[in-house]
Amino acid sequence: MQYMLMLYENEATAYQPGTPEFAKMMEEFETFTKSIVESGAFKGGDGLQGTETATSVRVREGKTQLTDGPFAETREALGGYYLIQAANLDEATAIAARIPIAKTGTVEVRPVMIYE
Amino acid sequence: MSRETLSQTLSMEHGRLVALLGRWAGGDLGLAEDALQQASLAALEQWREPPDKPAAWLLRCARNKLVDQLRRQGKQVQLGPELAALAGPNDLVGGEIPDERLRLICTCCHPALSQSAQVALTLKTVAGMDIQELSRAFLVEPTTIQQRLVRAKRKIRDAGIPYQVPGPEALPERLSAVLKVLYLIFSEGWAATSGTQLVRTSLCEQALSLALVLRSLLPEEGKVHALLALMLLQDARRATRQDPAGRPVLLSEQDRGQWDRQRIVAGMLSLQEALRLEPIGPYGLQAAIAGVHARAQRSEDTDWGQILALYEQLYVQQPDAVVAMNRAAALYQVQGPRAGLSALVVLETELGSSHVYWSAKAAMLKEQGATDAAAQCLREALERVGNRPERLWLEEQLAGLTQS
Repeated sequence: MQYMLMLYENEATAYQPGTPEFAKMMEEFETFTKSIVESGAFKGGDGLQGTETATSVRVREGKTQLTDGPFAETREALGGYYLIQAANLDEATAIAARIPIAKTGTVEVRPVMIYE
Repeated sequence: MSRETLSQTLSMEHGRLVALLGRWAGGDLGLAEDALQQASLAALEQWREPPDKPAAWLLRCARNKLVDQLRRQGKQVQLGPELAALAGPNDLVGGEIPDERLRLICTCCHPALSQSAQVALTLKTVAGMDIQELSRAFLVEPTTIQQRLVRAKRKIRDAGIPYQVPGPEALPERLSAVLKVLYLIFSEGWAATSGTQLVRTSLCEQALSLALVLRSLLPEEGKVHALLALMLLQDARRATRQDPAGRPVLLSEQDRGQWDRQRIVAGMLSLQEALRLEPIGPYGLQAAIAGVHARAQRSEDTDWGQILALYEQLYVQQPDAVVAMNRAAALYQVQGPRAGLSALVVLETELGSSHVYWSAKAAMLKEQGATDAAAQCLREALERVGNRPERLWLEEQLAGLTQS
């Protein structure tokens, strides 16, 4: 099965680029990503720019409405994702638990829909 | 006669049947249960005389229904070699049919499911309780239970919750989730949080028989023996916990001659086995406390010093407010009302929403002669109590205080 691992973190307390903590976290991300690429689980993944760059789009009565900001104003915001291949939920959550963000934020695991 | 055989077979073998069918269905418990349901209907129609091996009959029939269903969905059908064994001399138990119930239990208690779903699913699939029974046991509308079960089975299928016993590294964690579910079932039966009855026997019985199943599947796990010991030793007092009118009877006033000696002996043996296998944990400590009560011939013979020491040890392992409250009650017995009370009142912010806290405080104040304060605590308890027998009991206590 394929699972989407969505990385949520509190932007206000997230490590800032240029700090030693940020450098250490990036190093951990690199090690983690390399390991799942090598194991074959990695199908895709990216980090996202902050919610201050987000634009939400809705079409209502044929008109496109744009609003500044993310869909939901929550304390923890989506900061990146991985798409992985795993045999089952136990395998997927075990991989999710190794993502550096899991220690400070939350990783939401969702199976990818299969259209038959 | 046939109908009776069918319901007997299902109540004994439901878990085994669903567990095997579940494996053949690739972990899709919804499909497994549907197949067994269809087989049961077929049995009602076709059994003039009950067959020699009714469980094997049901399994064979359900398997055929399952295969049809899987083929209709265009799925690969992979059945194990177990079916050949059905031709052998045994019915399900003791034959060559593997016992897959541990897989089933581990799947039902998967931490990715909500706790209420884990409880309902375990009782439905492993113990074979039906929707009506679950609805009565938890005082929840049948449709709510039904939805809870449907959602849980859908999540197992769609999120890919594996139908397997976790590997040795993950088993201890999963086992503690399983034990927690069993103890939740037992506790809800033991001290119903709402409704008109104090004790719901069916839930206690189900929890006990599930614990017995788990012991047979995992005989080397100390925690399983410890939980079983705890349930047996508590359950030994069941008949004396309420008077004929259904009102609760305090431990100190129970007729100890009516305690179930067989359960006490079985509980003590289970506790010994638990201690032989591993260092004592929270279930073992609580079982040991129940054991101290069980050993006292009369209430005044109770070794409160030992109970206090056990609660101290329990608090180290499980530092929560409920344990602290029980420790305060033991302290009250050993060192008197003043010591008990001062250990109790510090818990008010955490436990003030529970009637048990207020009723414990009332008892200690009454002992000290602070009648008005005790009456006030009973009123606080009455505002928070959920089930009817306990409410009546509290009202009587209050009436007794205000009269004297």
